[in-house]
Amino acid sequence: MTMFRMTLIAGAVLAAGAVQAAEVTTINGAGATFPYPIYAKWAEAYNKETGVKLNYQSIGSGGGVKQIIAKTVDFGASDDALSPEKLAEHGMTQFPAVMGAVVPVVNLAGIEANQLKMDQEVLADIYLGKITKWNDPKIAALNPGVALPDKLISVVRRSDGSGTTAVFTNYLAKISPEWKEKVGEGKAVNWPVGMGGKGNEGVASYVKQIDGAIGYVESAYAKQNKLATVQMKNKAGNYVSVSSKSTAAAAASADWKGATDFYLWLTDAPGADAWPIANQTNILVYKEPNDCARTEAVLKFFDWSWKHGAKMAEELEYVPLPKELVEQVEASWKANIKCEGVAAIIK
Amino acid sequence: MSNSIESAINEVDIPMPMERSSRRFALGDLAFRWTALFFAFLVLLLLAGIIFMLVQGAMPAFKAFGLDFLTNETWNPVKDEYGAWAPMMGTLIAALIAMIIGLPLSFGIAIFITEMAPQWLKRPVGTAIELLAAVPSIIYGMWGLFFFAPFFAKNIQPVLVATLGNVPLIGALFQMPLVGGASGVSVLTAGIILALMIVPFMASVMRDVFDIVPSVLKESAYGIGATTWEVVWNVVLPYTKAGVVGGVMLGLGRALGETMAVTFVIGNATVLATSLLEPGNTIAAKLANEFNEADGLQMDSLVAMGLILFVITFIVLILSKLMLMRLAATQEGRKT
Amino acid sequence: MELYTRRRLINRINMTASVLTTLVGLFFLAWILTVLVMKGVSVINWDLFTQMTPPPGGQGGIANALIGSLMLTLAAVVIGTPIGILAGTYLAEYGKRGAFPEIVRTINDVLLSAPSIIIGVFVYELIVIRQGHYSGWAGAVALAIIVIPVVLRTTENMLKLVPTPMREAAAALGAPQWMVIMQVVYKAALAGMVTGVILATARITGETAPLLFTALNNQFWTLNMNEPIANLPVVIFQFAMSPYDDWRELAWAAALLITVLVLGMNILARSLLRGHK
Repeated sequence: MTMFRMTLIAGAVLAAGAVQAAEVTTINGAGATFPYPIYAKWAEAYNKETGVKLNYQSIGSGGGVKQIIAKTVDFGASDDALSPEKLAEHGMTQFPAVMGAVVPVVNLAGIEANQLKMDQEVLADIYLGKITKWNDPKIAALNPGVALPDKLISVVRRSDGSGTTAVFTNYLAKISPEWKEKVGEGKAVNWPVGMGGKGNEGVASYVKQIDGAIGYVESAYAKQNKLATVQMKNKAGNYVSVSSKSTAAAAASADWKGATDFYLWLTDAPGADAWPIANQTNILVYKEPNDCARTEAVLKFFDWSWKHGAKMAEELEYVPLPKELVEQVEASWKANIKCEGVAAIIK
Repeated sequence: MSNSIESAINEVDIPMPMERSSRRFALGDLAFRWTALFFAFLVLLLLAGIIFMLVQGAMPAFKAFGLDFLTNETWNPVKDEYGAWAPMMGTLIAALIAMIIGLPLSFGIAIFITEMAPQWLKRPVGTAIELLAAVPSIIYGMWGLFFFAPFFAKNIQPVLVATLGNVPLIGALFQMPLVGGASGVSVLTAGIILALMIVPFMASVMRDVFDIVPSVLKESAYGIGATTWEVVWNVVLPYTKAGVVGGVMLGLGRALGETMAVTFVIGNATVLATSLLEPGNTIAAKLANEFNEADGLQMDSLVAMGLILFVITFIVLILSKLMLMRLAATQEGRKT
Repeated sequence: MELYTRRRLINRINMTASVLTTLVGLFFLAWILTVLVMKGVSVINWDLFTQMTPPPGGQGGIANALIGSLMLTLAAVVIGTPIGILAGTYLAEYGKRGAFPEIVRTINDVLLSAPSIIIGVFVYELIVIRQGHYSGWAGAVALAIIVIPVVLRTTENMLKLVPTPMREAAAALGAPQWMVIMQVVYKAALAGMVTGVILATARITGETAPLLFTALNNQFWTLNMNEPIANLPVVIFQFAMSPYDDWRELAWAAALLITVLVLGMNILARSLLRGHK
């Protein structure tokens, strides 16, 4: 039956030069919460354009990985990239879909967005519990002229396992040997200090309510909740504010070509203007899917979204993939996914 | 009771023409009885299934950590070392706070509705209290986080610290929080919100059982000059205690297992602080927070905590049943 | 006389406390409702009931979630209520004593307090994994498992409160036990049993955790219970936790709606009940 269908599809490809996965009207995907808004946005536009419904549900990155392994969904989505070994183990391939940034935010009377500067050491020391007061000399040295209060720092972090935490702790582990040794990195870690908020929203509202709080959230939450973001010193030694431009700079300076299965971290990127805590979010599909038509429908969706959805992404504080990266991703589809229709999608 | 009915039926001298229909009745009786039994058995099976799944999922965690899992306060996903102590105690403490606040609240409300309120007020108040149960759990969470917690931090917390905080023995429970600061996010806040959430369940059960007390009983007590309180305490409560304990169990069960609301306001810090004003954690909140993202040993440990929650519930149940039995025994003793 | 004064004083104090507790309960209710109404009512318009859940920045409503929730709740109550009632009947009428009923009773209490997230995971293993996809049916079963113990418990309690003489009177007229139960006992206990079903419905209407792993959610309109289906609690959860104002507004509106719905069910059931009497 599937063979027959595939032959039919292949025939249609030859005849019309276009894939008609006619029976696939609904695709199901699940995973990371971070890209949920943009996937929902793309899905609505795509549905209007093609009639195909892409139903994406945000159950968490770990959930996305679990679900695609259990084959309960057509694609999984995860903020932290899977290693090539793990992908090979399950016969999956992965590609980035959209990019974003994690940003430290503070609540200090009189201090506005991007007024406070921090370097790697200060950020790590605060989260290690070594810097406990806002007027600590280490912070003051970086911020001459800023009136820092004699106040305890209330450290806020995520309580739930989260891709955002994975990115943030990956960054801290990269810049601080002490963090790497004492705490490590992951979607959930054993935090030395602080209180946990559920979801970005939980962290954002704690930071909003507590005078003297610091937390980390995805940049969309910082902007929508009007939280004071912090300027970070990047690898090149420059202080940068979080923005789609600095996030794109981080993505541009990453070595995508050298990364197998797009397995890399955008954190601590070397570019001069690069935001240091950037990340891409990934899509997981099978190399040899049970139902090629469904996987092809997934690929078609993302192909369409990259070509038509860049503006939508920017409106929601995401950073779309650069054109060269899209080309590289689509070339990887052709090389990895054993379905007849893939070639026709990327044309 | 079933015996008394059966014997009653047997004793009735059934006339001959009725015999055929009575056989049909007997068949119906059997069918009904077996259907009911089957569904009772299904409930058993359901729990067996859940427990089987929990035990199966929890085994690796207990194999890895042994009984230390119960007493270890560490929860370190990076080093793959897990212990259930802090969330376990947090669950018990939050539920205890909820009961301390919720029980008198529900009792008072039920008395008000059944014994004090004028007829026209009974229904609106009853419905209003039940409405508290209609509010989705997540709304309690959001309201708790955005409205109640700041209010608590500003108006209640300083008062508690200044008064109860200085009382010997329990003073340590009400120290100014160092971690939570002025956020109002704490074990106590979670307990208060839990209390609100279980009040409608307990109050409505209490009201329903209070309503069933035959008015003859109450009126004869009033007739000999008893006050309303005395009627409630000496007539209504003893008559309905099984129903009341049932309602309380319902409430306690919810308090132990409530997830969404708690996770918003408890601060999700997997440590056990002395002060109730500090952030803490409960098993259910821990599950809600980490289940989606966990795998491997962390997942097993979470499932193991789910199992522990089951066991806690079970112990509480047994205790309350024992309490009920002793209650019944003393009651018998008093009568004779 | 002094004793009388003391008794009256105790009475006065306790009754005042009783009024106060009611006021406290009503105060918090009013507070929560005010928040709900203020945040939710401005968003309630025709679109809310006719449009699908939108992406951020888009116009939309919660029509798909509304119908999905309705279907899930209905299916769960239809599955769970008979099981709960019959099992409760068994305990109250046939199994007053003995080890088996006592075990069922205890187990039911354990089920009552089972964290709903665990039930979600159980149904996930039982149905979703085997079916190979999320579905409305899986969600309905998870909710039904929450319905059963609530209905069972209230049914048993309410049946037990029916005075024995009523049963004996019916039995004396020659009615077999099952007819006594159906015609006499159920009728006498109807109010309480309906309350149980309502409480169960109220409980599942706002349940998020068990649906997260079973029914999942759906951005689009569907009536197919065999695929992921939209539902209010998960929509509220996802939208409330988002950074976008229009999503949060919809979440508050949906929350208000759920609350009003459950209140409506409450009032309807009670007035039906009174009409019946």
